[in-house]
Amino acid sequence: MTHATMTHAAHDEHPTWLRRWVFTTNHKDIGTLYLVFAALMFVFAGSQAMAFRLELFAPGIQFIDPLAFNQFVTIHGLVMVFGAVMPAFAGLANWLIPMMIGAPDMALPRINNWGFWILPFAASLLLLSIVVPGTPEAGWTMYPPLSIVGSSGKVQLGGDLLIFAVHLLGMSSILGAINIIVTILNMRAPGMSLMKLPMFCWAWLITAFLLIAAMPVLAGGVTMLLTDRHFGTSFFDAAGGGDPVLFQHIFWFFGHPEVYIIILPAFGIISHIVPAFSRKPLFGYASMIYALVGIAFLSFIVWAHHMYTTGMPLAGNLFFMYATMLIAVPTGVKIFNWVSTMWKGSLSFEAPMLCALAFIMIFTVGGFTGMMLAMAPADYQYHDTYFVVSHFHYTMGISAIYAIVGAIYFWLPKWSGRLYDERLARIQFWISIVAVNVTFFPQFFLGLAGMPRRIPDYALQFADFNMLSSLGAWVFGSAQLLFLYIVLKTVFAGRRTAEARVWDGATGLEWTLPSPAPYHSFATPPVVH
Amino acid sequence: MSGQPHSYYLPEPSPWPFIGSFGLFFTLGGLALLVNDISGAPYVMGFGFVVLLVMLFGWFGTVIREGESGRYSEQVDRSFRWGMAWFIFSEIMFFAGFFGVLFYARMYSVPWLGGLGEKLSTHTLLWPGFEAVWPLLTLPSADGYTEALEPMGAWGLPAINTLILLSSGVTVTAAHWGLVHANRRQLIVGLALTVAAGILFVVLQGVEYIHAYRELGLKLTSGIYGSTFFMLTGFHGFHVTLGVIMLAVILFRAMAGHFTPDSHFAFEAVAWYWHFVDVVWLLLFVFVYWL
Repeated sequence: MTHATMTHAAHDEHPTWLRRWVFTTNHKDIGTLYLVFAALMFVFAGSQAMAFRLELFAPGIQFIDPLAFNQFVTIHGLVMVFGAVMPAFAGLANWLIPMMIGAPDMALPRINNWGFWILPFAASLLLLSIVVPGTPEAGWTMYPPLSIVGSSGKVQLGGDLLIFAVHLLGMSSILGAINIIVTILNMRAPGMSLMKLPMFCWAWLITAFLLIAAMPVLAGGVTMLLTDRHFGTSFFDAAGGGDPVLFQHIFWFFGHPEVYIIILPAFGIISHIVPAFSRKPLFGYASMIYALVGIAFLSFIVWAHHMYTTGMPLAGNLFFMYATMLIAVPTGVKIFNWVSTMWKGSLSFEAPMLCALAFIMIFTVGGFTGMMLAMAPADYQYHDTYFVVSHFHYTMGISAIYAIVGAIYFWLPKWSGRLYDERLARIQFWISIVAVNVTFFPQFFLGLAGMPRRIPDYALQFADFNMLSSLGAWVFGSAQLLFLYIVLKTVFAGRRTAEARVWDGATGLEWTLPSPAPYHSFATPPVVH
Repeated sequence: MSGQPHSYYLPEPSPWPFIGSFGLFFTLGGLALLVNDISGAPYVMGFGFVVLLVMLFGWFGTVIREGESGRYSEQVDRSFRWGMAWFIFSEIMFFAGFFGVLFYARMYSVPWLGGLGEKLSTHTLLWPGFEAVWPLLTLPSADGYTEALEPMGAWGLPAINTLILLSSGVTVTAAHWGLVHANRRQLIVGLALTVAAGILFVVLQGVEYIHAYRELGLKLTSGIYGSTFFMLTGFHGFHVTLGVIMLAVILFRAMAGHFTPDSHFAFEAVAWYWHFVDVVWLLLFVFVYWL
């Protein structure tokens, strides 16, 4: 594919300490910052999940009162989405895109650094909102009126800190997205046409577009919450001619693209790992791209499938039902293409491949339950039950985690020049894949049987499955600590490798660079034929 | 090293992004304290804002110096252009959200409260006496709100403001022509006229707000009509103000001899931005004031 190996010794001197980690303009350092931040937030939000699974272990109220329970799930959702998963994918984008397209760095390095550094400050506002009066409790979806007056009946500081945290998170995402789009459009090596672009870059190109289109709408929505809270506007109050359901429309106009923002980069990663360990090129490259574009387009016209039970007119429910079902077509294209890539391939099952296979199966479960939820009449039964909780954890929670973990196993040897412990990684994988299904699969049945979400107590008949789910959750959570240990062990004490192409089946420009990759990826642009 | 090295300009480590994030934290954190009437809030916010200003001067100063010293290749210039275009797209989506709210209120929430279609029971159970009209002056329940006496007309100041903003689009284009034809006088005069038009627009908008509050009784707290009116025109006015500041910076740079006929990205970025606020205003004029 390319002929671009060169001597790099002279290019590896880099700034130190403050200038390297705070003032940095280097895509690899910023990528590392994003990934470390994501890991910290993941542990934080994960420990909250451990805590409320403790409460849910048995019926009755034992440890967490109902109000605190709602605060826990609210912060868990917000931090996982905005603090853990999105930054993790942004970190991967930073590390990989310049290496994949043959660029020296990202197109706008200072903007890149700004996009990262807003995050810790946004997270600080979010975490401060927990300790001041008026801790957010309306769920990550922030529906009014609860997000306006709060359960105390008062408008208090916590809600405002959350609103401004969301503003900052949105800003960070938009800056990051602009930088990624510009990099992909403007920094590709000579000869790399868009139809030769690696799938991860394609996935991020579309994701970045979704971010730029969806995030400002959320910013507008929470601004209206702010003015309704403090300045007497009536956007979400029927007494003044507004409508609380209007916020749900705004939120899900952002929120539905948001779930694709989380999952499209994962699609991109899987499209790299599956071919590498099947030792075959990706099946249906072009159709994969069209499927991404199709999913992105549909993501903007399906939002109200989150709102079937709000009393929308029948025509609305029908439109959103049919539009939602259409998503199964491009998504099915992707699943079938990954499976076809493996067909008659020379398969091997190293940790990244295990994660990719887990992703495909878990995402398929999430996708099929999504079809069940998409049916408006059926959704009347499933709405706001644990069926929904399990569904979205399968689609955008666990599957995103497996894509990220798989990506780290796959590319970490390239980044660090060190090999991870394959045996430990496989042990970690099998513990966590069993545990995660023990956690979430019973929740489908709890939901079908009618257990509502966001309630710390439940009827006795749900006790067994909840106990099972909690046990699974604690094992899964502990297994993630083992994953973090594997990563740290690799980075600081892993066996060194000088192999450029770490995996024999891997293709792409990043595998032509030496391991570890030089500080400025491609000082000389490679030529792609 | 072998082959042709990259000519793409990669900046040295820079403190400005971190300082900017630090400033944003205190500005928005301070604002959160301020809206909750917590003492000391103005100082927190003021501190953050000063940090933000320092960041803007420092960062833009660096970029301007780099640009004027000719370190930006054509490829870097393209990055800036794409970047600005996508930034404006994000702004368009921000306004699209507020327009969506306006249309939802006019097409759905207000008519539904008046009993349209399947929502007859909403009407009869909640506020049976409510009549759905737009502009909405009499609210379903005025408790906690201040009802407006009269709606804002379209053909007084708003129409004049439309003319002013459209003319400013012409003057900024004239300035651009001056720039590409190396006519610095036309550039400076065109920019100065555009800045003047922008300031005039903002001042007239202020006069109109005073008129709304004093004579029409139309306030931010006048229900959904007042909410959408002031939020849409307010955010637009804020963007015009930013645009004026940006244009003024470009004007000073033009007077200082910056920009050449074939390298003047900053000018074009600001001109794009100005056309963007212009187009938003046209939509506002049609859907908020006129129809």
